[in-house]
Amino acid sequence: MARVIVVTSGKGGVGKTTTSAAIAMGLAKKGHKTAVIDFDVGLRNLDLIMGCERRVVYDFINVINGEASINQALIRDKNCNLLYVLPASQTRDKDALTQEGVGKVLDELSQDFKYIVCDSPAGIERGANLALYFADDAFVVTNPEISSVRDSDRMLGLLSSKSRRAERNEEPIKEYLLLTRYDPDRVHSGEMLGLEDVQDILSLHLLGIIPESKSVLTSSNAGIPVILDEKSEAGQAYADVVARYLGEERPHRFIDGKKGFFRKLFGGKS
Amino acid sequence: MSTNPTNTTAVLEFKSSTFFAPILILFNNDIATIELSLHEKIRLAPDFFKNSPLIIDVSELNKQNHDVDIVEITTVLRKIGFFPIGLRGGSDRQNNQARNLFIPIDAVRSNDSPMSFGKTQVDEATDRSKEEVTETPIAPAAASSSSSVATTLITQPVRSGQRIYATGDLIILSQVSAGAEIMAEGNIHVYNTLRGRALAGVQGKTDARIFCFDLQAELISIAGDYKTNEDLSNQTRKKPVQIYLKDHALIIQEIA
Ligand SMILES: Nc1ncnc2c1ncn2[C@@H]1O[C@H](COP(=O)(O)OP(=O)(O)OP(=O)(O)O)[C@@H](O)[C@H]1O
Ligand SMILES: [Mg+2]
Repeated sequence: MARVIVVTSGKGGVGKTTTSAAIAMGLAKKGHKTAVIDFDVGLRNLDLIMGCERRVVYDFINVINGEASINQALIRDKNCNLLYVLPASQTRDKDALTQEGVGKVLDELSQDFKYIVCDSPAGIERGANLALYFADDAFVVTNPEISSVRDSDRMLGLLSSKSRRAERNEEPIKEYLLLTRYDPDRVHSGEMLGLEDVQDILSLHLLGIIPESKSVLTSSNAGIPVILDEKSEAGQAYADVVARYLGEERPHRFIDGKKGFFRKLFGGKS
Repeated sequence: MSTNPTNTTAVLEFKSSTFFAPILILFNNDIATIELSLHEKIRLAPDFFKNSPLIIDVSELNKQNHDVDIVEITTVLRKIGFFPIGLRGGSDRQNNQARNLFIPIDAVRSNDSPMSFGKTQVDEATDRSKEEVTETPIAPAAASSSSSVATTLITQPVRSGQRIYATGDLIILSQVSAGAEIMAEGNIHVYNTLRGRALAGVQGKTDARIFCFDLQAELISIAGDYKTNEDLSNQTRKKPVQIYLKDHALIIQEIA
């Protein structure tokens, strides 16, 4: 039986797809057969970040509609043979995504995969609801600003009430916080919320802090999940996240930033 | 794929259970007035009343010799989205009407009778308006069963966008987020940070109180009198407080 992870946020553009690609790659690199599914019908994105957009033949909706088998639609990653991508449809109607259809696909994948990562679309509409419905674990991606934190809080409400686990009165979805695009300097100057402010509102288990990093864009453009860029801070931070998720203990890093380090070193205020 | 614990040939099984349903006590027999009043109640807590089964109680009306037509009231209730599943306190004529509508008749029994159809709540004397809906809490972590007014206990955080409605007192052990709304006909206790909206005494109970460990609420209200976050003074913001009503003014008092 696979473990189903939903990467969700409510708010758009906070780094869900970046995170989905990174952690799916990270889990596969650790030896776990992993599938990552794009739930963002109409805005195919994951395949670009995974660098497989030119190999898409069938998509998620084709599989739901029975027009293709799962094996026909899954695209094996070029960097890691334990990682598979199930792309979203760019052309189909969102309504083609049904709870029954999604359930069937996840059931079938569960036979064969260890982890299934669901990249949720933004918002609290159908796509986002379906992405979280079957989840066992939720990675709540949040940026350190108030509107993102609010939306994450909203999402947490849905996770605890609108999921299959909630409906069946089973053990609730495990919720983890991923604070992304964290910029210690802007936190320090008060432009952004700090970790403590965010935790004050959400009080969630912190899985990791992903710093704002240029390498994310560079990696996306190259079609390689940033976790493979082991020199970048974002890549290292995602590697920590995967390790922590799998039970390793690793101290949190990238909270203070380089300048913060100098600030401390010289005892200056700014 | 049936899971039968005892006997593979069994077709069905009866289990004893307690079924919770709100009881609609009518104090006025004018159908239009009732309908208006119901819409008002639903507006307060739409999620809690939508598609709800419900027991119609006409005993108060019959005490006053006010007749009400069960066919008419049932039609109105169904139109609004309720499912009447029982009638209590009806006259012979009303009982017959109910039976014709396939609505079972429930004799008024004592509160704790295991046979009672739906759970009655004896409400303390609030000045009731024309009709009143009492409802037992939906899936609370625990609820007192023997006391006359149920207490709803919530142990999970109440997140933005979530609403809780309690017919009696409401006790919340986790935080209440901004954008969440908690309502109780009785008192509200929040043993954590209160950032959302908290409305106690929503059916007019003016001696209801709100208690919380850390007051950062967007809005607090008792029996309709309210204060918004802007109105909170810095003396009580982020403090453990109790809030009560005195001469239509909300008093916020720090608890030392
Ligand atoms: N840690 C980071 N540092 C810098 N840029 C980042 C970081 N994380 C994400 N981004 C950038 O933010 C933008 C949005 O990222 P992404 O597409 O992953 O978000 P999303 O939540 O999936 O968006 P949507 O809601 O539209 O699906 C992208 O341009 C991405 O490169
Ligand atoms: Mg995305």
